[in-house]
Amino acid sequence: MSTTRHPGLNLGPHHGEADDTAEVEVFGFWVFMMSDAIIFGLLMATYVVMSGNLNGGPGPRELFELRPVFIETMLLLFSSLTFGFAQIGMKYHPHPARMIIWLLVSVALALIFVGMEVNDFITMAGKGGIPQASGFLSSFYALVPLHGIHVTAACIWALAILGQIAVYGLDDEVKTGMLRLGILWHFLDIVWIGIFSIVYIGGLA
Amino acid sequence: MSDLWSLVFGRLTLDALPVLEIIHATNGRELASGIVGTTAAGLAVLGALYLVYALTKYHLWGPLWRDWLTSVDHKKIGIMYVVLALVMLARALAEAFVMRTQQALGDGGGGLVSNEHFAQLFSTHGTIMIFFMAMPFLTGLINYVMPLQIGSRDVAFPTMNSVSLGFTAAGAVLLMISLVLQPFSTGGWTGYPPFTEAAFNPGPGPDYWIWAVTLSGIGTTLSGINFVVTIYKFRCDGMKLMDMPLFCWTSLCTSILMIFALPPLTVATGLLALDRYLGFHMFTNDGGGNMMNFANLFWLFGHPEVYILILPAFGVYSEVFSTFSSKTLYGYTALVIATMCIAVLSFTVWVHHFFTMGQSANLNAIFGIATMLIGIPTGVKIYDWMLTMYRGRVRMAVPMVYAVAFLILFTIGGLSGILLANPSLDYVMHNTLFLVAHFHNMLIPGLLFGMLAGYTLWFPKAFGFILDPKWGYRAAYLWIAGFVFAFFPLYGLGILGMPRRMAEYFNGAWFPLTLVALLGAVMIIAAFACLCIQLYVSIKNREALAVPMGDPWDSRTLEWAVPAPAPEWNFPATPEVEGRDAFATLKEGGYDLRAPDDGYHDIEMPRNSALGPVLMVGSTAMAFGLVWYMWWLAALGAMVCFAATVACGFRRNTHRIVKAEDVKAEWEAFCALADTTPRIPRSLEQTTQNMGHASPASEEITS
Repeated sequence: MSTTRHPGLNLGPHHGEADDTAEVEVFGFWVFMMSDAIIFGLLMATYVVMSGNLNGGPGPRELFELRPVFIETMLLLFSSLTFGFAQIGMKYHPHPARMIIWLLVSVALALIFVGMEVNDFITMAGKGGIPQASGFLSSFYALVPLHGIHVTAACIWALAILGQIAVYGLDDEVKTGMLRLGILWHFLDIVWIGIFSIVYIGGLA
Repeated sequence: MSDLWSLVFGRLTLDALPVLEIIHATNGRELASGIVGTTAAGLAVLGALYLVYALTKYHLWGPLWRDWLTSVDHKKIGIMYVVLALVMLARALAEAFVMRTQQALGDGGGGLVSNEHFAQLFSTHGTIMIFFMAMPFLTGLINYVMPLQIGSRDVAFPTMNSVSLGFTAAGAVLLMISLVLQPFSTGGWTGYPPFTEAAFNPGPGPDYWIWAVTLSGIGTTLSGINFVVTIYKFRCDGMKLMDMPLFCWTSLCTSILMIFALPPLTVATGLLALDRYLGFHMFTNDGGGNMMNFANLFWLFGHPEVYILILPAFGVYSEVFSTFSSKTLYGYTALVIATMCIAVLSFTVWVHHFFTMGQSANLNAIFGIATMLIGIPTGVKIYDWMLTMYRGRVRMAVPMVYAVAFLILFTIGGLSGILLANPSLDYVMHNTLFLVAHFHNMLIPGLLFGMLAGYTLWFPKAFGFILDPKWGYRAAYLWIAGFVFAFFPLYGLGILGMPRRMAEYFNGAWFPLTLVALLGAVMIIAAFACLCIQLYVSIKNREALAVPMGDPWDSRTLEWAVPAPAPEWNFPATPEVEGRDAFATLKEGGYDLRAPDDGYHDIEMPRNSALGPVLMVGSTAMAFGLVWYMWWLAALGAMVCFAATVACGFRRNTHRIVKAEDVKAEWEAFCALADTTPRIPRSLEQTTQNMGHASPASEEITS
């Protein structure tokens, strides 16, 4: 097995063996994320190709509002920050309380994001912006809610990790789980930056 | 009553049974069609019932569950993949035979099956051969062989490996169900909208296709991740990337392609599902949809896919040429670079699948040139393999027969590909049987012969006895001749203008060649029968054919350093190697069959996991529910998958210990057996005298 480690891969002191496993699991998860990135990349490309197919229906200017989307962006970015605090808590504090609090804050921010996003969709639907209306809206709804579903899944995963902490405490599996969830969490931020730039800013520009 | 029925069974009614086609038949051809369909469904049901009966009678449910379905051992998962591939091969071959018969009888509108039935046949044939024969076969071989070749105990994520198998099997089960509860899609293996949209195909057919392909695609993506991480992280000490056996290199490139090329398929089928289920307008004619997005997404997957299929076979051939020439592989570095080139170029050619669909001539020219470029690294490989044989101790064992046939036939197929890569010629040839001949010419000698060569080569490693060579030769020669007779006429038919996927025609000039092709199909069926007989005969004579010393072919790579069948822990201690052909080096120095240098240690092996089979059942239920609008079943299946996945995260204590003394006892018995087992020269390789203990290669050359 290779002796080089990924930078930043550190579970705290005295975790020789868990570090070895984490090395493999974290690398595997990065590879999985590459695969997922292709999915989002293709959906974004499809959206760009389809963005002119309005079919006489409402377009971005009628449907998109930048203010809630900007707040959503901030929520997501701050949840990444707080997730980072959770990971620092995991690394430096043997007691899980600090980590749990920051993780709960991250989940709360992400769930508010999802709630606001659903509200956006409802507002859009009220203006006739439903996926059945046009190719443009179909590709919008294929892309943006998929990100929301990912965020929701990440929250469920976080809750499952909290459940594992309740049963087993802060053991090696929980820690490597947190490392992988962290990758997903930050990855979804990057995807959102892409959506924010291409879909919302691009649509209103 | 009908409300209750549709609540429980969705849109599934008795009309789905193929026997209805007999009842409603209005002419002879429809009657025959109904009989063919009913027979096929009957065989599937009988086969399933017999399996249940046999498992119950011989009390095998427990062993099946404990030793196989929940096993996360890469070797057992590999074997299960190959079994799945062979079962699906049987069905898809039968379909091919029916299609050849139909085209031979189809002149003047006659024949055996209705047009609708014929369309289902070519759709299932293609879908099965690609996703449920070729993919499981190569995934199975990689699973079995690659960890052994790099000196690892297992793949990086053993439980995920079982999950991959579960998803692939779920897709295969869905296809088998579609045989009984019809119809399947009539949209071909590519499932192009708008034909497969709800507007033209509201029935369950395209939905079967969507979910079967999607499930198998998810399984394949996970396999790719698993293999890549295994190869990067689990190589034994001393095995550098450039020291890996070439099969591992091709596995690596295939796995990278799996990771990057399967997501486009998931996107394409997922968006098509959104169109069909929720009324989206991604690929529809109206509402601002654009079908070209599907064509691009599908072939962004589909072209790398053919290299996913061919590269592992290239790896097998590399091992075969080297082993059966008793030489190290010629031009190893060139082969590695060529493999990587093919992997990269595979993403630059997808447009050649639809030259005629409206892009500019310049774009077509660029993709045509890119396509021709692939001939260069492939040509390098052909020369390397020939030069590996040059001045070697060449034995025409069964795998070598396949390999030599491949060299010749694959080159011909490649040349017809260069023809099609020229857009102006493609305009004439596209959608004719010329194309069908071309891709079968690549995939049968390229992929299938490679898989069969690998099956023959590694079978003794998996089961401890070699496959009967006599029936092996019969199968191989029948495959080769059958292929030539079945597909070379299609080149002619294509040039004569016969379109693909046509059940009936009115052109007497096509009739003679379709008859020749039918003869070829008969030979291929006979070849498959020979494979079945070979398996039966070999199992019967397994005592005489046994090769317990594990090295029947005097091979050069690490998987042959252990007993046959390979122990579950693979190696008594993680090997330390130097240079290529690690096992050949060990044998030359007399370092094989030795106790590990620093003694025996306890070995940690992963415990069984039920996650794979549970996800298989759950995802099959979900997909079946979605196909027939049985929403409760779809929701239930999804809930099972979700709950099982979350529960899996709560597993601890996932490993068990194999005691050092057990390993020691087993390994010392193996080493002791070597003293009493005669070494045999290569001339006796395919006889019952072969116990898997090879004479030193140096003696071979001087004698």
